[in-house]
Amino acid sequence: MPRRTDLHSILVIGSGPIIIGQACEFDYSGTQAIKTLREEGFRIILVNSNPATIMTDPELADATYVEPITTDFVTRIIEKERPDAILPTLGGQTGLNTAMALYEAGVLEKYNVELIGADYHVIHKAEDRDEFRTAMKSIGLRSAPSEIARTVAEAKQAQEIIGLPCVIRPAFTMGGSGGGIAYNQEEFDTICARGLQLSPVSEILVEKSLVGWKEFEMEVMRDCKDNCVIVCSIENLDPMGVHTGDSITVAPAQTLTDKEYQNMRNASFAIMREIGVETGGSNVQFAVNPADGELVVIEMNPRVSRSSALASKATGFPIAKFAAKLAVGYTLDEIQNDITEVTPACFEPVIDYVVTKMPRFAFEKFPQSDSTLGTQMKSVGETMAIGRTFEESFQKALRGLEVGRNGFSGKRRDFSPEELRQKISRPAPGRLFALYDAFLADYPVEEVARLSGIDPWFLVFLERLAHQDAQLEELTLADLTQERLQSLKSAGFSDHRLAQALDIPEKDFRAHRESVGVHPSFRLVDTCAAEFEACTPYLYSTYDGTQSEFPPVDTQKVIILGGGPNRIGQGIEFDYCCVHASMALREMGLDSIMVNSNPETVSTDFDISDRLYFEPLTHEDVLAICQRENPVGVIVQFGGQTPLNLAEGLRDAGVPILGTPVDAIDRAEDRGRFSEMLQVLNLRQPPNGLATNPEEAETIAERIGYPVLMRPSYVLGGRAMEIVYDAKDLARYMKEAVMASPERPVLIDRFLEDAVEVDVDCVCDGTEVIISAVMEHIEEAGIHSGDSTCTIPPMTLSDAIVDEIKEATCSMALELGVIGLMNVQFAVRGDVVYILEVNPRASRTVPYVAKATGIPWAKIATQVMAGKTLAELGVKAPKEMDHVAVKAPAFPFAKFPGARADLGPEMRSTGEVMGIAPSFGMAFAKASDAAGRQLPTQGKVFLTVKDSDKRAIVVVARSLVSMGFTLVATEGTYKLLKRHGLPAERVNKVHEGRPHVVDLIKNREVDLIINTPLGKVTRHDDGMIRSESYQANIPCLTTVSAATAALEGIEALRSDHADVNSLQNYFHVDLQAKEVPLHSHS
Amino acid sequence: MRAAKLEAMAAPSPAILVLEDGTVFHGQSVGAPGERAFELVFNTALTGYQEILTDPSYRGQGVLMTYPQIGNYGVCLEDEESSRCWADALLMRQMSPIASNWRADMTLGEYLLQKNVLAMEGLDTRALTLKLREQGALRAVLSTTCFDEKLLQEKAQSHPSLEGKDLTGDVTCQEPYLWTEALADEPVSTEKTLSVVCMDFGIKRNILRCLVSAGFKLTVVPGNTSADDILSMNPDGVFLSNGPGDPSAVTGAHENVRKLADASVPIFGICLGHQIIAHVFGAKTFKMRFGHHGANHPVIEDSTGKIDIASHNHGFAVNPGSLSGTGLEMTHLNGNDGTIAGMKHEEKPIFSVQYHPEAAPGPHDSFHLFARFRAMMEEAEAKKKVFHGT
Repeated sequence: MPRRTDLHSILVIGSGPIIIGQACEFDYSGTQAIKTLREEGFRIILVNSNPATIMTDPELADATYVEPITTDFVTRIIEKERPDAILPTLGGQTGLNTAMALYEAGVLEKYNVELIGADYHVIHKAEDRDEFRTAMKSIGLRSAPSEIARTVAEAKQAQEIIGLPCVIRPAFTMGGSGGGIAYNQEEFDTICARGLQLSPVSEILVEKSLVGWKEFEMEVMRDCKDNCVIVCSIENLDPMGVHTGDSITVAPAQTLTDKEYQNMRNASFAIMREIGVETGGSNVQFAVNPADGELVVIEMNPRVSRSSALASKATGFPIAKFAAKLAVGYTLDEIQNDITEVTPACFEPVIDYVVTKMPRFAFEKFPQSDSTLGTQMKSVGETMAIGRTFEESFQKALRGLEVGRNGFSGKRRDFSPEELRQKISRPAPGRLFALYDAFLADYPVEEVARLSGIDPWFLVFLERLAHQDAQLEELTLADLTQERLQSLKSAGFSDHRLAQALDIPEKDFRAHRESVGVHPSFRLVDTCAAEFEACTPYLYSTYDGTQSEFPPVDTQKVIILGGGPNRIGQGIEFDYCCVHASMALREMGLDSIMVNSNPETVSTDFDISDRLYFEPLTHEDVLAICQRENPVGVIVQFGGQTPLNLAEGLRDAGVPILGTPVDAIDRAEDRGRFSEMLQVLNLRQPPNGLATNPEEAETIAERIGYPVLMRPSYVLGGRAMEIVYDAKDLARYMKEAVMASPERPVLIDRFLEDAVEVDVDCVCDGTEVIISAVMEHIEEAGIHSGDSTCTIPPMTLSDAIVDEIKEATCSMALELGVIGLMNVQFAVRGDVVYILEVNPRASRTVPYVAKATGIPWAKIATQVMAGKTLAELGVKAPKEMDHVAVKAPAFPFAKFPGARADLGPEMRSTGEVMGIAPSFGMAFAKASDAAGRQLPTQGKVFLTVKDSDKRAIVVVARSLVSMGFTLVATEGTYKLLKRHGLPAERVNKVHEGRPHVVDLIKNREVDLIINTPLGKVTRHDDGMIRSESYQANIPCLTTVSAATAALEGIEALRSDHADVNSLQNYFHVDLQAKEVPLHSHS
Repeated sequence: MRAAKLEAMAAPSPAILVLEDGTVFHGQSVGAPGERAFELVFNTALTGYQEILTDPSYRGQGVLMTYPQIGNYGVCLEDEESSRCWADALLMRQMSPIASNWRADMTLGEYLLQKNVLAMEGLDTRALTLKLREQGALRAVLSTTCFDEKLLQEKAQSHPSLEGKDLTGDVTCQEPYLWTEALADEPVSTEKTLSVVCMDFGIKRNILRCLVSAGFKLTVVPGNTSADDILSMNPDGVFLSNGPGDPSAVTGAHENVRKLADASVPIFGICLGHQIIAHVFGAKTFKMRFGHHGANHPVIEDSTGKIDIASHNHGFAVNPGSLSGTGLEMTHLNGNDGTIAGMKHEEKPIFSVQYHPEAAPGPHDSFHLFARFRAMMEEAEAKKKVFHGT
C-alpha cells in the first residue's frame, strides 16, 4: 500500500530532557523518523524542549519548536501550525502522555488532528493497567494476578488479595517511576503512596511478584495489512524483579526452545492485534517460570523504546525509521532492507553473534540512596557490545562500561559465606563481581543460580571466565602461544587484563600478541547471518577466526570517538557533537568513521557515518581500528572525557590526533602548568593549591582561607567535588571522599561566595578565536555548571566585564594552541573576573549554544580541525540576538528516594531543556516549565533571603503581592516584609520546631520558593529546602536575579504572552532553498 | 539444569572438516567419533537445532548453524521431528556444556553421542558461511579419526552429489501407519473428519500434528506406495511430504502422483512434495546455489499481498520459466530472492508450497494452509456432488 496522500503535515512530539528512563534513544528514533518522513515529502513540525538533540537541529524538521512539551504549549503549536496528524510514538512516555492529554482536552478534535502510529484508544488500552489485563485475558494470555487501586484504602484491600511480596506499578509512568517491590508492610505503604502520587491518573497496580522468573522482551512490528514481524528477542540476565533498563540483557534470547520461542512470538502478535497497534513498533515483555515454562505477559509499550533502539543496533534493522514509514501507510514489503539493499524489510533479522547490554549506574552521586535494583529504573546509561560468543560479548560490554573494569575480573574478596550469599541474592550494580568471588570460592553453578535467579546457562560461562581469569596470574609470556592467546582473546580477555596479569606494560603485551599473530578481525552486522551480501559497513571486532570483512578503502578518512555509555556529566550533548562532526566531514568529502558503544545514540545509527564500529572505547579497541583504517586523524574532543582520556595513548602509539594538540589538554588539566599559563597571560584564578595528603590540604586551606572548593584531579561532572567550610569538614573530605596521592592530588580552590558564574564557548583555528556565546548562570556560585540555569545573552554583566571575559578567553585559546572548541568557566565577583577552569574540548553547552545562536558550532569546529581557517569558512561572531535562550537542568532525584537533592559542585542533573522567547522572563518561565518546575501564576510564595538581598527582595515581594500572591517567610524575612507593609505569614525554620518550612514544602502548600543562601549554617537549611523543592517539583529560585526573572516570566504567563515560535523563524532559515545535510549520504 | 556427563566434557578431542576445494577447518569433536562425507549447508535459524537434526530432509547433508551458541536449552525428546537424527553432521561455533530448560531430557552433546551424530565446535562458522554463500553448497568430510587433509579432500570430491539422487527410500516409513496426535495448543477442528493419505518422502511429525488439528484422519504410507493402492483407500485428499534429495530423481513418485492428479484427488504438497507436483505437470526444478535453510524468510501471497514469515529448508527449487503451459501457476513468492514459494493448479484441486507451514522449527504464520487444504477438499467434494447430481 503506498504512502497516504491525505496527510501533508505531521507533528512529531519529542521526549524532552534526558531523564532516567528517557534518554538519547528518543533522539535516535525521532531523528530517523523525521528524516524519513521529510524524504517522503511531509511537512514536519517538531516539538522538543531538549536543545541537546540532533532532532532539534533547524535543518531537520520544517518547523522546530524548542518549547515545553505540555498540553498548553503543544496546543499553541497546533493552533499555529495546524498539522494534519500527530505521531506520538517516538517521544517515549512523554510523547504518549502528551498525545493523551491533548485528546482528552479536546484539542485534537477541535483542530481535526489525527493520531497516527497509535491512537488514543490503543494507548489507553496498552497503558491502563486494568484495561490491559482484561485485554490479555480475552486472548487467553496470562498476566500476573493483580489488583487495581486508586486510593491508599484500595491498595490495602489489594494487598490482602495479592499478598507480599508484591510489585506496585503506577499507571502511565515511564521507567517504572514510583513503582517498586514491597517485601513488608512498611515498604508497601511507602511505595503505594509514592506511586499514587506519581501516576498522572492516580492509579496503581498491585501485582503478584514474579521475582526470580526469567524475563524476555520481543520487539514487534506490524503494518496496516496486518503483516507482523519480530525484529529481535532479548533475554534478561537479571531475572524478574530488576527493571529491564537496569538489567544486563542479551540478544537474541538464549534459553528458549523453538516451541517456547514461537509461543512467545505468537503471543506478541496476538497482543499487538488485541491492543490495536495497526502500524509501527511495540515492545512486549514476558516472564517465564523457569520451573514449568509458564508464560506471563508483563506489559507492552505501543511505541519505540529503549529496547527498540537496542534491537535496531543489535540487528541492523532500523525500527523507528520503518515505524515512521508504516505510520504513513507503507507496508513492510514495500520497504527495503537498508543493509542488504536487495531484500525487503518484511523478514525477521537473524544474527550470528551475541549482543550484551549493560546498564551504567550513578549511585556514587546519590550516596544516601539504596543501590538495590528493583522495578523502578535507576541506571543513567548503557553500553552494548557485540561478540561472536556470549563470553566475548560479555567481557567487551564490561570494558565498554568504562567503570574501571577491563573484563570479568575480581579482587577475590574474602567474604563470609553469609555475606557472599547476601551479595549474590541482592540485585545491585556490583553483583556480577560477587558471582566472580562465589565461583572462585567453588560455589556450584546450581547454588549461584538458586540464590541469584540468574539462568544457569549464563552462569556456566561466567564460572568458566572467572576460573580462566584467576589462572591468568600464573601465566608467563612464554605460555601464551598463538593458540592459547587466540583462545583467551576470543573469550573476551582484554590486553589490559592480560598485561596486568603478566605484570608487563600493555604496550609490551600487545607487541607480543601481534608477534605471535593474534589480531582481531572485523565482522559485519548484516541482519541476515551472512545469507546475503551487506552493503553497509556496520562492523564489530572479534577474535573468532582471522577473516575480516569490508576491507578499508583508500580514501581520506577521519575517526570520531564517541562518548560511550551515558553518565551524569557525559551524555547526549557529546553525541550531538560527534554526529555533527560526522556530517561536517562527509560534506567536506572526507570519510567519517564513528566508534562508539552506546546503543541509544544517533551517532551509532549506521546512516550517520561512512563506517560505524560498534566497539568499546578503550585504548586497545580504538587502536585496533586505527591500525586497520589508517585515518588522517582522530577526533577526540567531541565525545567528552572518554576519548580525551585516550588521546595521549593514541598519540604515543603514532595515531594522529586532529585539532587541539594533546599537550594542550594536559596544560589545561594539570594544575601547575595551568597556573603558570595564567601567570604568563596575566589572568586571575582563585587562590589555590595542590594537596597530596590531609596535612598539606589543611595548610593550603589555612593559607587561602575558607570556604574552599575541593576536587580530585581529572574528573568529569564534578565527581567528588565539595565546598568545605572549616578544618573539620576538610579532614572528613580528605578521609572519606577521596584517596589523595602524589599521582592523584586534590585540588583546593578558594570558593568565591556570592560570585556570578559564567560559561564561555569558543572556537579557535590557532590564529583566530570566535566566541560562540557568553552564558551567565542564574543560580548562585558553587553549583556545577551542568546543574545551573543559565542564559544567553548574559543579563546582569556589564559590557566591560563581558569584554574582559571574551579577551581572556581568546588569549587562553591562542596560548594553548586550540584547534577546535574550547570552554572556559569564569567567576565574577564585583568587578573582578576569575578563571575557574578551561576545557579545550567540546563542552556540554555546545548544542545549547548552537540552538540559541542558530549556528552549528560543532560543525564549524570540525571543519577547523580538518584544516580550514575560520576566515576561509567565513565564520563571524554571532550577531546580537533579539531573543533570549535560557537553559535549565532536569534532575533524577525522584528516582533516588532518600538521596539529598541539594545542588553543589558535583553534577547531578541528567538532562537539560531550553526556553526561548523574546524576553528573558518568558524564556525563563518556559525553561522552568519544560524542566517540570512550572512557575505559578497564583498561590503562595515562600521567601527567605540573606541580608544583602533584603533590599532587592522587597521589590520582588511587592510585585508578587500586587499580582495576588500570598507570602510566607521565616523570621528575618517575615519582619522585613512586615516593616514594608507587605502581608505575610510566618513559618518556623527547621530548627525552630514544627510545623516548619520543610513541612510546608512537603505538603505542597507553597507554589514558589525564593531562597538566597549564604554560608555554612544556612547552607544546611537551604539544602533541605531545595532538596524538598526538587522532590516536590516546586520551582526554587536561589538568586535575586532568578527571582526577578521569574517575576517577569510570571507576568508574561499571566498576560498570556507565552507565544510559541519555531527556531526557523528565530533564525530566518529558508528551508525550501536548503538541501537537508543529513540526507547527503552517498 | 542438566550438566553433561563428565566423560563428554573431558579433554576435547580434535575434529577436522575438509571441503571439496581443500579448505580446512579445525575444531573439537563434540559428537560421535568417526568420519562422514556429506553436502554442507548452513541454517540461519536461531532456535530449533533439534528439530533440524531430526528433519529427514537433511538426509545426506551436514548442517552448519550460523548462530554461534547452540545447545543452550539441551534436547527435549518430545521435540524430535522423526525417530532419528538424519543430518550427517552438526557444525557449531560453540556448543553449550549444559542444558538449561525445564523440559530438557539431556544435553545436546549427550544426544549427539547417543544418536551417533558427528559434531564439531570451535570453528569460525561465519567464515565458512560466507564461503558457502559465495561458492554454493559444498561437499565436505568431517572426521575425528583421520587428519590427512589431502585424503579427506579426495573423499569429499568423490562423494556423490545430491543432484540426481533419490534419497526418499532411506527416510520413508516401511509400513503404512495411522497418526492421531494433534498439536498441543491448537484445538482440533470439530468439523467433519476427512481422510487424508500422507505420502511419506521424509515427513516431519509436526506436519502430521497440523493435519490432525485441521480435522483429518491420517494414514501415512511409504513414499513408493502405488497410486492404485492409495486410491483404493478412497481418501478425501492426499498429502505429499517434504523429503531429501533431488526432486527430479523421484521418478516413481512422479508417476503415482500423476495418476492421483488424473483421478482429481485433492493434493497438497510441501517442499519435495511441491517439487514433485512441478515435475508431474512438466515443470522443471534446479539445484540452488546454497538453498534456503532458515526460519525467517518472507513469503508473499500473490493474490492478497499478505506476508508470512516461514521456515525454509530446500536446496532445489521450481524453475519459474518452466511453469508456462503446465497448468500450474505461482501463488506465493519468496520475498528475499523472488523464487517460487507456492503454486496451484489452474483447474485441479492441487496446491503446494516450497516452505514449511508446519514450522518446527520456525514461525507458525502458515498454519492456515492446512485449513486451506481442507477447504479445497470440501470444495472438490461439493463440485463432485454437483457433477454427479446433474
